[in-house]
Amino acid sequence: MMSLIIGLGVVLVLAILYLIFRIGNLVSLVKGKKDEDTSWNSLNAYLFMLFMIAGLIGFFWYSFAHFDSYNLPVASEHGVVTDYLFWVTMAVTVVAFVLIFIVMFWFTFKYRYEEGRKAAFFADDHKLEIVWTVVPAIVLALLIFSGLRAWNDITAPASKDAVVIELIGQQFLWTARYPGVKDKQLGVHNYKMIDASNEFGLDLSDANTYDDFKSLELHLPKGQEVQLMIRAKDVLHSVFLPHFRLKMDAVPGMQTTFKFIPTKSTAEMRAETGNPNFNYEMACTEICGRGHFSMKFPVFVHDSVEDYEKWMASQEAWLKQNPEYLQRVPPELRESAMIKAGIPVDSKEAIMATPVTVTLN
Amino acid sequence: MATIDIHPQTSTHHDDHGHEHEHHHGNFWTNYVFSEDHKVIAKQFLITGMAWALIGGVLSVLFRLQLGFPDADLSWLRPILGGWLTPEGKIDPEFYLALVTMHGTIMVFFVLTAGLSGTFSNFLIPLQVGARDMASGFMNMLSYWFFFLSSVIMFTSLFISTGPASGGWVIYPPLSALPQAMQGSGLGMTLWLVAMALFIVSSLLGGINYITTVINLRTKGMSFTKLPLTIWAFFFTAIIGVLSFPVLFAAALLLIFDRSFGTSFYLSDIYIGGEALPNQGGSPILFQHLFWFLGHPEVYIVLLPALGITSEIIATNSRKPIFGYKAMVGSMLFIAILSFVVWAHHMFVTGMNPFLGSIFTLLTLIIAVPSAVKIFNYVTTLWKGNIRFTAAMLFSIGLVSFFLTGGITGIFLGNSAIDIQLHDTYFVVAHFHLVMGSASFFGMVAGVYHWFPKMFGRMMDEKLGYIHFWLTFIGVYLVFFPMHYIGIAGFPRRYYSWTNFETFSGFADLNMLVSAAAILTLSAQFIFLFNFIYSIFRGKMASANPWNSNTLEWTTPRHPGHGNWPGEIPTVYRWPYDYSKPGAKEDFIPQHIPYSETPESNLPHENELVKLEMNDNAIVVEDKKHH
Repeated sequence: MMSLIIGLGVVLVLAILYLIFRIGNLVSLVKGKKDEDTSWNSLNAYLFMLFMIAGLIGFFWYSFAHFDSYNLPVASEHGVVTDYLFWVTMAVTVVAFVLIFIVMFWFTFKYRYEEGRKAAFFADDHKLEIVWTVVPAIVLALLIFSGLRAWNDITAPASKDAVVIELIGQQFLWTARYPGVKDKQLGVHNYKMIDASNEFGLDLSDANTYDDFKSLELHLPKGQEVQLMIRAKDVLHSVFLPHFRLKMDAVPGMQTTFKFIPTKSTAEMRAETGNPNFNYEMACTEICGRGHFSMKFPVFVHDSVEDYEKWMASQEAWLKQNPEYLQRVPPELRESAMIKAGIPVDSKEAIMATPVTVTLN
Repeated sequence: MATIDIHPQTSTHHDDHGHEHEHHHGNFWTNYVFSEDHKVIAKQFLITGMAWALIGGVLSVLFRLQLGFPDADLSWLRPILGGWLTPEGKIDPEFYLALVTMHGTIMVFFVLTAGLSGTFSNFLIPLQVGARDMASGFMNMLSYWFFFLSSVIMFTSLFISTGPASGGWVIYPPLSALPQAMQGSGLGMTLWLVAMALFIVSSLLGGINYITTVINLRTKGMSFTKLPLTIWAFFFTAIIGVLSFPVLFAAALLLIFDRSFGTSFYLSDIYIGGEALPNQGGSPILFQHLFWFLGHPEVYIVLLPALGITSEIIATNSRKPIFGYKAMVGSMLFIAILSFVVWAHHMFVTGMNPFLGSIFTLLTLIIAVPSAVKIFNYVTTLWKGNIRFTAAMLFSIGLVSFFLTGGITGIFLGNSAIDIQLHDTYFVVAHFHLVMGSASFFGMVAGVYHWFPKMFGRMMDEKLGYIHFWLTFIGVYLVFFPMHYIGIAGFPRRYYSWTNFETFSGFADLNMLVSAAAILTLSAQFIFLFNFIYSIFRGKMASANPWNSNTLEWTTPRHPGHGNWPGEIPTVYRWPYDYSKPGAKEDFIPQHIPYSETPESNLPHENELVKLEMNDNAIVVEDKKHH
């Protein structure tokens, strides 16, 4: 009933508007309208000026007044560089934008229609055209080359002593795999070996897998180069660490990588932002399905490399958490696997007797 | 009402202004449905495009409701959305993705490609080059009906139980290839691919026709250097489309194979739904390369016609020649060529080789130069003009404003180092909606206001046009400008909600503003819709050349019949931008007026041409001089 009344109300209002429009049309037809046209024309010109002034004021006011709400603090070395490039580009483009914006709307106002005035017959001017082709070309060239230098540094191969961490995206969560402290090497994986427990698809014939461990939080050392090895299990995902100015897609069937140096620990960032609950976060930025918006992965930056290594040492190897997978380890490697994974060697018989609950493909 | 017999070539009848409609031979079906007249086909494209724009706009308001008012109870939408609302009256997260996907697909392809090129290339090419019709009227008709079929299939996909395609308008596999990954990748995706395949057929049939017509059917004297910029724009657009759409077709075909026949073009090492798939060796990046090989030129397929239309409208309503005609053509040519070698700037952080990233950064920022030239030329055309703010002119100025605002942010995104942070955030959304979406949409609307008198023989209401413009212009800025801030703050696009993240917890206020502005902007389009329909039937009668414009279409009668000119096709003597020529009696000299009739305004070299006009070979001789 209510919606019927609302519906009727809307129809009534529309009918009234239509009538006003119709009557207005007829009246203007009777009045004749040469003068009226010119004043409407001027109204549009004034509105353009008003728009230009109000628009620019709004733009500058918001940009300065709310700077802190849209400017994320930066926490990586290359992030400082790309932020600098961003703001240089911003300065250049804002100057160009404001100039053209003002000139254009000023022209629409200044040269609005006047009866009897004749427009200038001004069809080309080669000097002018060359100037405004060459000037943007030079400015752009400068921006390009500073950008390319930064890009080449960012995408250069990681150094040998970089900390390697693997990030795996799947619908709709992230996991991280760390090389164990014993061999500091990530073991080989194979997607065909993935099952409910072996979520990394670890190939247990590779000795480097034995001390690898899983983490549901990305731990990073401050001041040390980190190389992220990124992959996906099912569809595309994308690693996005907004404070570190870092983004790289996770692609099924292809390893991608990104190296960076965190410069502020979580504790330092808490002090800087004045927010004791501050936490770094990692998000997914490649559409991956229903839960795309919920793929949050917590990030923690340790105060020092030692601190980070201490944390590393405290983690349990994946194999220790899933000892039944020892059966997948080639017999001659089992003992060393147990040592590497930190499984007491005397429990071997018991482990070999427990059936693996998940059948492997 | 008398029946007027208009046969191309033979007809000598003149149009009778007293009649409401032309009646030519043939029945309702051949005149209005399966018509081969380019003007009727243009109107078919226009009206279908407008219907799609409305659907695309409504979809965007639906997902803006979720983003701007995340706690609102939308149960009142249940009669329309049914099961796509959760029991609490919120939009289902997967349906949200479907909305985003279909909004993009509809707007990019069905509105701004078919609706824009389909309408104006069809309507204006024969009229402005001086041709009776397209090179092949039959192919032209097929072009529309393939589009119609494609539209029907795409529209149907909105109503199936598993929902339409939902993997983003870019349909990146594996998400789009695996029905296990999301519902929309099932039947919805199949329908999407079939619809797009038909769409590409339509686009190719149209494009080949446009190119052929421009090259072969120009009237006497219409050399390439005398073509209006609209025609240059449509010509380049058609060439870009013919060269790039087949690549999308190939990409879609391979995706169909991967989905249905077990091939592995794009699939490799996938573990999903508790099983490892057998596909190995494929590459999702391959799809992205193929997709963006069309996808980026597509941006210019959408934009160039709008730029051509506004060049014409701005010159006409400034009463000035367009500034730098040759530079305008040259920059469009340059943009058209470069548009094929910048595609991978959409892929800087996809894992593509970073060296490729450097190359594409370089090429991408080069394309900013001709774009900047175009803006400067528009602004200079306004300088010392005598500007009439018709509704079409307002929308054209709006286009230049959007092209500037949105174009300038391209300098950030094209720079790979800066793009790392901005990629797939709202900064990108703001960028392309302004520079491509809104700018092209404004070009399309400007075109409708400007050529409405020639399409329907009546004028649209100017004052409603003003209201429509100001609401839309301010509305669009309020929608997309705030998104820059949201993007700089890192908010990712295609997010159903940001509240899971502390980093993205702010800006509820701006998002609400954006959503409110989106509703306002959509509402304003109903003013246009009303104006459009009302004016077809009751608008003021238009004169044959209501804007005092120079191009050939205004030499046709108020209701041009099939064949366009009742008598001979006019011969062209001059370029289309002789506005406010010093010495001339009026502030415009149409293209078909020979120099011999305008001794008072001729420039010295034009006086030379007067002699040549006397003999029949005049045009040929003059052509040679040009090249």
